[in-house]
Amino acid sequence: MIAFVLRRLIQSVIVMLAVALIAFSMFRFIGDPVNSMLPENASAEDRQLLRDRLGLNESVPVQFARFVSGAVQGEFGISYRNKRPVAAMIAERLPATLELVAAAAIFALLLGVPMGIYAALYPKGVLSNLLNVVSLIGISVPTFVTGILLILVFSVWLNWLPSFGRGDTVQIGWWSTGLLTASGLKSLILPAVMLGLFQVTLIMRLVRAEMMEVLRSDFVRFARARGLTNRAVNFGHALGNTLMPVVTIVGLQLGAMIAFAIITETVFQWPGMGLLFIQAVSFGDIPVMSAYLVLVALVFVAINMIVDLLYFAIDPRLSVRA
Amino acid sequence: MTFSTSSPPAPLLSVRDLSICFDTRHGPLRAVDGITFDLAPGEILGMVGESGAGKSLTGTAITGLLERPGRIDRGEIHFEGQRIDTLGAEEMRRLRGRKIGAIFQDPLTSLNPLMTVGQQLVQTIRTHMPLSREAARKRAISFLEEVGIPAPEARIDQYPHQFSGGMRQRVVIALALCAEPSLVIADEPTTALDVSIQAQILDLLKRMCRDHGAAVILVTHDMGVIAETADRVAVMYSGRVVEIGPVEKVVRDPHHPYTTGLMQSIPRVGSGAERLTQIDGAMPRLTALPDGCAFHPRCPRAFAECSRSKPASLPVEGGHVACHLYQGEPA
Amino acid sequence: MTLEVYPQSRLAAVLRSDLFYKFRTSYVTLAAALVTLAIVLAALLAPWIAPHDPFDVSTLSLWDSELPPVWAEGGDPRFLLGTDNQGRDVLSAILYGSRISLAVGFISVAFAMAIGIVIGLVSGYFGGKVDAFFMRIADVMLSFPTILVALLVSGIVRGALPREMHDSAALIVLVFAITVTTWVQYARTVRSSTMVERGREYVYAAQLVGRRPFAILFRHILPNVMGPVLVIATINLAMAILIEATLSFLGVGMPPTNPSLGTLIRVGNEYLFSGVWWVVIFPSLTLVALVLAVNLLGDWLRDALNPKLR
Repeated sequence: MIAFVLRRLIQSVIVMLAVALIAFSMFRFIGDPVNSMLPENASAEDRQLLRDRLGLNESVPVQFARFVSGAVQGEFGISYRNKRPVAAMIAERLPATLELVAAAAIFALLLGVPMGIYAALYPKGVLSNLLNVVSLIGISVPTFVTGILLILVFSVWLNWLPSFGRGDTVQIGWWSTGLLTASGLKSLILPAVMLGLFQVTLIMRLVRAEMMEVLRSDFVRFARARGLTNRAVNFGHALGNTLMPVVTIVGLQLGAMIAFAIITETVFQWPGMGLLFIQAVSFGDIPVMSAYLVLVALVFVAINMIVDLLYFAIDPRLSVRA
Repeated sequence: MTFSTSSPPAPLLSVRDLSICFDTRHGPLRAVDGITFDLAPGEILGMVGESGAGKSLTGTAITGLLERPGRIDRGEIHFEGQRIDTLGAEEMRRLRGRKIGAIFQDPLTSLNPLMTVGQQLVQTIRTHMPLSREAARKRAISFLEEVGIPAPEARIDQYPHQFSGGMRQRVVIALALCAEPSLVIADEPTTALDVSIQAQILDLLKRMCRDHGAAVILVTHDMGVIAETADRVAVMYSGRVVEIGPVEKVVRDPHHPYTTGLMQSIPRVGSGAERLTQIDGAMPRLTALPDGCAFHPRCPRAFAECSRSKPASLPVEGGHVACHLYQGEPA
Repeated sequence: MTLEVYPQSRLAAVLRSDLFYKFRTSYVTLAAALVTLAIVLAALLAPWIAPHDPFDVSTLSLWDSELPPVWAEGGDPRFLLGTDNQGRDVLSAILYGSRISLAVGFISVAFAMAIGIVIGLVSGYFGGKVDAFFMRIADVMLSFPTILVALLVSGIVRGALPREMHDSAALIVLVFAITVTTWVQYARTVRSSTMVERGREYVYAAQLVGRRPFAILFRHILPNVMGPVLVIATINLAMAILIEATLSFLGVGMPPTNPSLGTLIRVGNEYLFSGVWWVVIFPSLTLVALVLAVNLLGDWLRDALNPKLR
């Protein structure tokens, strides 16, 4: 187990170094950082000064080492556009994105898992067919169109829910949360639904497919042959084995949701990292982009590790190696 | 259709003219076609035949676990004097495990990998018996001991993957018998096991069922297994019972040409340098059954009548055989 | 006709697929084909069939701005689907916008397919280090969501280009970003098929008569792996259109001066609140219809070419 964790840690570090190399190359070789950071009329001395300060005159490996050690300390340089430290800008935006993703994930799980179970247990039911059709359409509709429709119906026509921003937020240390105010919670609903809806269809299809597979397996048939109640068989034996692979996919989807949050945050003007990133992309603000890239990769790698460790927790075949 | 058999007057299980068909979009396919047999309490009946002969399906039908598109389309199943093929799902569930146990082929996949064997045993026991958790656990431990699991107090809290294949099949036997059923349907219980432990498991199955007074339907394609274990044997071919009778009689003096062929294909110790023979051809597909007796295209002794009508089942010394060769003989 | 009997689960699977499946979906497939054809034709013929030229500022009149569709109150028969805030005809904008969406889609699919096929053939045929190199890249790219990779690539290109070129080079940047993001699937599929084909007798025979590797790859192996490639290409056409629309919607795709469907939705979205819903809804519906139809065609093609379902 310890050997496994160690091996995974080393793998993760290698992946992170590769991502850091990409991020560094972006920063170093695309455009001229000096030109991007200084006003057009800056003097040659200023340029030389900044060049020294950024260490651009040193050899590339040394620069990369400097970049990595900076990144480890949360140092990603100065935004070309805002002239502020990138780390601080991202830290400001991080809570908004994480709260959005968490809310969307909970929404997706609460809706997707029961729907998937239902569709697996009653594959011929009217409701199951309806769910299938809806999920087929749901997968083909671009998420931003879903968001626009939500705004049109619930904000413009019905005027029930706000359509942009986070509402009132409360500051807890460096974390700003919208979960503690009524307007914050109301503002969260539509963005979370938009971000979660695609995942609902995904989770539902996945749970249905896995569960149907497990329901056909020998140990479920044997459990039925022992006269266990349907409830014990379906929820005690089948569901547990269904959720194993679901955990993996949902974990990986969390990473994807942080990426998809870019679209949601644009539609709802949600002040998170995604909005920051999209502004950086349209301005070619490389330091922000590379910091975002490193951060998202870190989240991906971390989630991957957590999912693997979770397997140890729920699958006895892995945890007790006799 | 009634006739007397050699089994005692009050059979534990009585299957009458059972037919199972599958509804396909090309129409129904009959996989089991009018089989009839009785089973006495404590008796071991072997069911032998090639894959697709309908022997597993018959077992599944008795446990009430046939799944769509398969269904019983004719016949009756009586168990302890009660008709069970028409029972509701919930009544049938109460019967399973409690009255009719089942053992499947592959011990590696028959157990839930995420539950300890103890949890699975206790759950099964408590489903059928009004026992406290502790009492059920005690019972589970005693069953594990009975099926020959060493140190059952410790191993009860282990997961299936910590047991070897043979040990797991022992656990499966304990699970099938822990609520004292009076009938166990064992579907190829040793096929997936190492040859070296097959005999052990068969002995165990036999002993456990004898000790707990359970009758057994032993489904297998292995005539050797049946010869060693069963009291009576039913030979199935293309969804029909072609011959049924006491094991010694059927083995020594088979009537049906198919049974004869089956017997000649088994190697026997001490039988000298006799050549093993095989039956040419293969069992016909359900979709392309020949007219008359389904075996006649492969039968060395077929004659004109065989391709015209299906032979009825007739009594012959202690058993029954369905073959035109014997249609003229007096019972 | 010979019938076969399957074990229960297979039987159920066959009931759900095969002829049954074709029967059940043939109307849907037909409708999907018609919708796709209609949108492609309308886009191709836009300059001739569009009622107005949305880019000719001289024909625009502020008097005509924000008119609702004809069937709504205050609609104007000249503008079937209404007008935007500059008096532009929404229907014409959609026709021209589909042109750009489809152009980006088809061009990037063509590029991605060409690059993916070459890399897949080479990786699968030669194996070794070349193979390992490309497949590691593929692994990394597939582990991140497509939209993120596309955004990143377009961000990098934008960072490398001077700002004043962003709008004029938008189409090229989009095609580049989508191509870089999507070649992986073709490469993977072609590679695995190539590895299978490489072991076949006909390849061995071709090698024996002394054909050069590239002749073998393109003359002999390629035709045999085109089936799955076509399926991916169809499904990827929908995906490319979707990525383009998303990037344009996010403001890093086509500029408002040369709008695609995504850009139209982005622009329309800005005055959703004034109740002018038609400017955003109609381009959205067109996009959804197009993507759904192409996806359905892809599904159908996959099933039709899949020997397991026949």
